[in-house]
Amino acid sequence: MNFSEVFKLSGLLCKFSPDGKYLASCVQYRLVVRDVNTLQILQLYTCLDQIQHIEWSADSLFILCAMYKRGLVQVWSLEQPEWHCRIDEGSAGLVASCWSPDGRHILNTTEFHLRITVWSLCTKSVSYIKYPKACQQGITFTRDGRYMALAERRDCKDYVSVFVCSDWQLLRHFDTDTQDLAGIEWAPNGCVLAVWDTCLEYKVLLYSLDGRLLSAYCAYEWSLGIKSVAWSPSSQFLAVGSYDGKVRILNHVTWKMITDFEHPATITNPKIVVYKEAEKSPRLALGSLAFPPPRAAAGPLASTESKYEIASVPVALQTLKPVADRANPKIGIGALAFSPDSYFLATRNDNVPNAIWIWDIQKLRLFVVLEQLSPVRSFQWDPQQPRLAICTGGSKVYLWSPAGCVSVQVPGEGEHCPLGGTLANERLSADTHHGSFGALSGT
Amino acid sequence: MGDWMTVTDPGLSSESKNISQNTSETKMSPSSLYSQQVLCSSIPLSKNVHSFFSAFCTEQNIEQSISYLDQELTTFGFPSLYEESKGKETKRELNIVAVLNCMNELLILQRKNLLAQENVETQNLKLGSDMDHLQSCYAKLKEQLETSRREMIGLQERDRQLQCKNRNLHQLLKNEKDEVQKLQNIIASRATQYNHDMKRKEREYNKLKERLHQLVMNKKDKKIAMEVLNYVGRADGKRGSWRTGKTEARNEDEMYKILLNDYEYRQKQILMENAELKKVLQQMKKEMISLLSPQKQKPRERADDGTGTVLSDVEEDAGELNRESMWDLSCETVREQLTNSIRKQWRILKSHVEKLDNQVSKVHLEGFNDEDVISRQDHEQETEKLELEIQQCKEMIKTQQQLLQQQLATACDDDTTSLLRDCYLLEEKERLKEEWSLFKEQKKNFEKERRSFTEAAIRLGLERKAFEEERASWLKQQFLNMTTFDHQNSENVKLFSAFSGSSDRDNLTVHSRPQQKKPHSVSNGSPACTSKLTKSLPASPSTSDFCQTRSCVSEHRSRAWGPAGWQAPQKAGVGLLHTWPAVVRDWCGAKC
Repeated sequence: MNFSEVFKLSGLLCKFSPDGKYLASCVQYRLVVRDVNTLQILQLYTCLDQIQHIEWSADSLFILCAMYKRGLVQVWSLEQPEWHCRIDEGSAGLVASCWSPDGRHILNTTEFHLRITVWSLCTKSVSYIKYPKACQQGITFTRDGRYMALAERRDCKDYVSVFVCSDWQLLRHFDTDTQDLAGIEWAPNGCVLAVWDTCLEYKVLLYSLDGRLLSAYCAYEWSLGIKSVAWSPSSQFLAVGSYDGKVRILNHVTWKMITDFEHPATITNPKIVVYKEAEKSPRLALGSLAFPPPRAAAGPLASTESKYEIASVPVALQTLKPVADRANPKIGIGALAFSPDSYFLATRNDNVPNAIWIWDIQKLRLFVVLEQLSPVRSFQWDPQQPRLAICTGGSKVYLWSPAGCVSVQVPGEGEHCPLGGTLANERLSADTHHGSFGALSGT
Repeated sequence: MGDWMTVTDPGLSSESKNISQNTSETKMSPSSLYSQQVLCSSIPLSKNVHSFFSAFCTEQNIEQSISYLDQELTTFGFPSLYEESKGKETKRELNIVAVLNCMNELLILQRKNLLAQENVETQNLKLGSDMDHLQSCYAKLKEQLETSRREMIGLQERDRQLQCKNRNLHQLLKNEKDEVQKLQNIIASRATQYNHDMKRKEREYNKLKERLHQLVMNKKDKKIAMEVLNYVGRADGKRGSWRTGKTEARNEDEMYKILLNDYEYRQKQILMENAELKKVLQQMKKEMISLLSPQKQKPRERADDGTGTVLSDVEEDAGELNRESMWDLSCETVREQLTNSIRKQWRILKSHVEKLDNQVSKVHLEGFNDEDVISRQDHEQETEKLELEIQQCKEMIKTQQQLLQQQLATACDDDTTSLLRDCYLLEEKERLKEEWSLFKEQKKNFEKERRSFTEAAIRLGLERKAFEEERASWLKQQFLNMTTFDHQNSENVKLFSAFSGSSDRDNLTVHSRPQQKKPHSVSNGSPACTSKLTKSLPASPSTSDFCQTRSCVSEHRSRAWGPAGWQAPQKAGVGLLHTWPAVVRDWCGAKC
């Protein structure tokens, strides 16, 4: 694995372009665009304030930089460096900004979710959508970019509006049978919309594109419900992770549960491979101990190497006892993601924070468990092959593939942790086209 | 009589002995009976009377006692002791024969009684032990009963406690259930309340939002604006269209198109899957039919419970199935037929398998004597046949191999064969050459040695001549000084032994051989030898002669072999060459 030199970064803002050719990163109020292959700076844009959010347009031609504090959005063109666009939301404020799939419209959500403004880069037209719902995932676009579904809240009832993205015409508007809708997501084929309720109630509703209710699924009552939802890339399965520590897989024909994956704290099945990260303490060469110790060695995370060992079953995983009387308890399936070929599903159970479960979807059974030394912060599949990248907030990136897994030390990280601080926020972004990963550290 | 003696012993008073005394009382003499009566206080009444009466049998009352006995005996059914009286007036005479008979009978009776008594005694003993046993059993059982009773009480107590606990638990469960119910109610009410509150709050929030909206949005906020250098073209390159009813309809159309496409795609997939499944079913069916058809005849003949009719159906179905068009028919028409026929066949198969199972079990029960089992003879014949076949095959393989080799041999070029041969020859040649050179070297060595030998021989001849001369002169001198050299002679011998030292033993063995075979060594050592000879001159003729030869040889050995520069074993080997060629050859071989 090769590493580039370390680039300066602020606010963890670093993104590969969708076509995989460019890398945009922010340093304070400057936006730097680099070529992915040469890592040479292609463009340097200067915004009006510190950038808080960046996003590439789907065609990789434009980048929007949002400055929420100022209620400003600035758009830059890669092809025409002199071209500029500035959107000011004024006193209404700004909390979110995103591209429409065609890359010519920007959707800005005002403060208090009063409305969503759709700005066009092609015409002067401005559209407003009222009553957007403030929730976990309120906007979703179909993969082909034709339709947008938006969760709304009017008169204490949840609605979903389906818009045609080409002219922002309302196609369907229907109320959903939810207490407090928490999220919506299109199936990758764009014909089914999954709607799930707040965590207080376990409820998944499946709507057709034309607003018909296809099915409703409720696993249990009177307990904390859904925590995460993911479609398989083939639209064949809907994986629903819930607070009871299970993932339930629904099929696309009957919309009934096919199987549920439990996440036991001890693994006894000898067929399951358990990779355990083990620390390799570096050998202390007494003669070469420098005084004062160098910076890089001072950071405890930077100095230790680690490797994976195959643990023999039964393996007891480290579990966390959740605090019962606090909101958002650390239990349940907090994150789950299908591999791009739909063969694997990776999950994380929040009360076993150090472990990643990888499930074989063809056989519908547990395949591999990875246990890290520290809690898993995020994981992401390689967009091109069944390969999973994991980071735990340390200076290492972990890669898993069916062939095995490795722990890779990211070089030079230690120098970029002032005061020996830990890499508190680490995020992964995957290059869609080249299958390369960028692990970003922020300070 | 010994037995009796012990009985009369006054020291003995056990009851069992008394019984034996009583039974043997008829044998007792009247004199002893008295003492016996004193001893026995608790004898049965009848016997008591009897003994009492006989106690009075003295000289005086013989008559009375006889009559009394007679009476007694007659009452017991014995013949009278008196002779048959011919006349009433005559005094009855004691019939001795009758008395003896009676006595004999009494003795027999007595013996019988004794036997019976013994039996009774043993039985009594047995019964006693039985009794003991039973008593112990009884005690044990009683104990057991006691413990089990105690246990039962304990268990009852436990049962009671458990029941109590159970009741408590039931109560608890009920309480818990109530609690759960209550909590659920609370949750529900809370939820409703929460929802209500939420709604209220949300309404307020909405009102505020509305108000804010009016305040912020409706006021023409100059700030809300977009500055753009120039508008860019649409991604698809088309121009934006106006919103009209037409676009709406078009959008609807498109949506439905998408949905339809999706459904069509899914339908296709399902159709494909269905077709696959159908294929599998058909195949299964065919296989089942083929599997079942050989069995068809038998059930027909047997006319088993209606399988015949089903099978005829199967045949019909099989006929139908051959038409491929069936496959393409829509589900509804085919489905039923297919599933029904499959079901039927499945049933048949199942029954068949069950039948087979039964047969197998029957066979197992009956043993392997049925005609189904291959007989041993058949088996052996078969194996023989197979072995023969194997043999034939092996032969065939061998001939084929030979043929193949021949073909290969002929097919090979002459060049290659010659090359191969050359290869071998070259190797051999080289080896031979090496050996040849070695031999040559050895030969050279031999030649050299031979030359030296001849020289040595010549020299030896000369020396011998000189020696002979010297000896002659020396002998002459000795004759002259015979008397004066005696003590010197002994000294000389001592000197000699000291000189020969350690190699003495060796020299003895070597002595005979070197003398004849090692003339060459002499050549080297000749000056020393002469010096020695001069030294040992004064010795007496007999001993000194011996000494001379010996010392000479030893000298030769030690001198010639040491400083000559030859290595001893090598030289020895080379030296032996003429005489033992076989040994040498061996040695050479080993060296090679």
